[in-house]
Amino acid sequence: MSTEPTPTTASPVQGHHVAPHATPGAVKHTTSQAHGGSHADAPTAITVRGFSSWYGSFQALKSLDLDIPSQQITAFIGPSGCGKSTFLRWINRMNDTIPTARAEGTLDLHGEDLLSKSLDVVDLRRRVGMVFQKPNPFPKSIYDNVAFGPRLHKHYTRAELDELVEQSLRSASIWNEVKDRLNSSALGLSGGQQQRLCIARAIAVGPEMLLMDEPCSALDPKSTLAIEELIETLASRYTIVIVTHNMQQAARVSDQTAFFFEGRLIESGATETIWNKPKNKQTEDYITGRFG
Amino acid sequence: MATPRSAASRVFANRAFLLTCLFATNVAMVVLAVLLISIFWQGWDSLSWKFLTSFASRKPSEAGILAPLMGSVWVCSICALVALPLGVGTAIYLEEFAKRSRFTKLVQTNIMNLAGVPSIVYGILGLTAFARMFGVFGTNVDDAITLGNEDSLFFLRLPFGSSVLAGGLTLMLVILPVVIISTQEALRAVPSSLRAGAFALGATRWQTVWGITLPAAVPGIMTGAILSMSRAVGESAPLLVLGGLLLVFNTPQNLMSDFAILPLQIYNWAGRPQDAFHAIAASAIIVQLAVLLLFNGIAVFIRQKLQKPLQ
Repeated sequence: MSTEPTPTTASPVQGHHVAPHATPGAVKHTTSQAHGGSHADAPTAITVRGFSSWYGSFQALKSLDLDIPSQQITAFIGPSGCGKSTFLRWINRMNDTIPTARAEGTLDLHGEDLLSKSLDVVDLRRRVGMVFQKPNPFPKSIYDNVAFGPRLHKHYTRAELDELVEQSLRSASIWNEVKDRLNSSALGLSGGQQQRLCIARAIAVGPEMLLMDEPCSALDPKSTLAIEELIETLASRYTIVIVTHNMQQAARVSDQTAFFFEGRLIESGATETIWNKPKNKQTEDYITGRFG
Repeated sequence: MATPRSAASRVFANRAFLLTCLFATNVAMVVLAVLLISIFWQGWDSLSWKFLTSFASRKPSEAGILAPLMGSVWVCSICALVALPLGVGTAIYLEEFAKRSRFTKLVQTNIMNLAGVPSIVYGILGLTAFARMFGVFGTNVDDAITLGNEDSLFFLRLPFGSSVLAGGLTLMLVILPVVIISTQEALRAVPSSLRAGAFALGATRWQTVWGITLPAAVPGIMTGAILSMSRAVGESAPLLVLGGLLLVFNTPQNLMSDFAILPLQIYNWAGRPQDAFHAIAASAIIVQLAVLLLFNGIAVFIRQKLQKPLQ
């Protein structure tokens, strides 16, 4: 399926490997021309061709074509209601919970058809984690929040689970803040800590990909910065897709940017290119703040 | 031009509203206080250990409430053990699993209606379905099919007759709609973001319900359970139909035993002309209130236990 010819208005994203640190406020710079956007450097994780989706009779997404590279950060930007969150929720099939939602076209993860009826959705969601707009820790202890996911899929000994919880919390840069109160309620953490806990929770089940739906929109600037730094460190191990309304954030953290408008993918490519030399007038208007 | 409201009139309106609300609250409190004081005044003296451990008698000084007390405990325990799993299970299915369809809408509407059916109707239903079992096992008590020794704990008889099991199941019918509706409310109150969080980790529907939704809903479910059990303890009409107004001279030994219940015993005594019986009726009301508190206490205890302390 992924071998279909590439039509199209939007060029597939082909990226470079990018060092996981960027100056806030500035567009991330790709390391060098030497990598030259070769495929070997950034194999494609998600392949999208002619993808459309509907809620009932309302068409939310119109014939998208996009490649999301492995182990890079791809930002989805665009005004509210443009379909970027909808698309994100197709990647881990969260839209299955909406009875009227349906989709057509090609949506592959490493060549595996994600729209297939026979796909094991439970396994897909283990491989593709999700972080939500509003931190949604379970009303359990910090430990149990992280252990909940792994316990769903396997039987662990206490020692294995302890190890896994610590690793996940360390990966999410929150271990030092919570190591002395693992058994206290997760609801007692601050918003930013809760969101990092949710990232730890998503990491704990061992995904290859993380979907983040405006992960910082409910947080203060300091927490936002902490999450952004975390996202950049995670990019070396995970393919990350982040939906954001914050233009500066997209510029700061992402390697690739895709601009959505009214259900269409208007433009996609290396973040640097999109920011400095957008091909499309609408993209330019949006990122320069002329609308949206 | 809008005319300004005077400060004095606004303060007056505020105070008047406050007084009205206070009055409304006090009416209820005063009525309750009068009731409690008069009951304790009348019944406290005749309340004794002997009263709790004696059977019914023609003489008020020797009469006790052991049979109806134990009858109520048996019937309400059976009712709770059957109604809670059935009700919570139904609510979980309707809220968490069932697709919104015409069928589930029909079921939902029916449950709402059933909650409003007079309890005596359930009494007639219980009599037909449980006590007589539609007559499929014959109508004569001697023809009943029995299983096990009549004196042992494990004794079964078909049809159930006017037994504690038939009584408990009949009360279950009465409170089932209330349990279902209150559990549904409790499940609906669990934020959907928690469900989404569990699904996104690869949890199945069952794992989400068991691991996240149900624990979060337990306080609400137990509150509903408390309210419905209070109703079950005080319910008398359906068991009257079932034949619960018997003079019973032993406590239930198994599910097939005859039984009396507290509300009907109170009704019986309160209806007699002698003042001495009115006094022991008041004593029985005190016991009934204690049983009610006990059931509620158990439910509160379970609620506290299941809500793991999180600091």
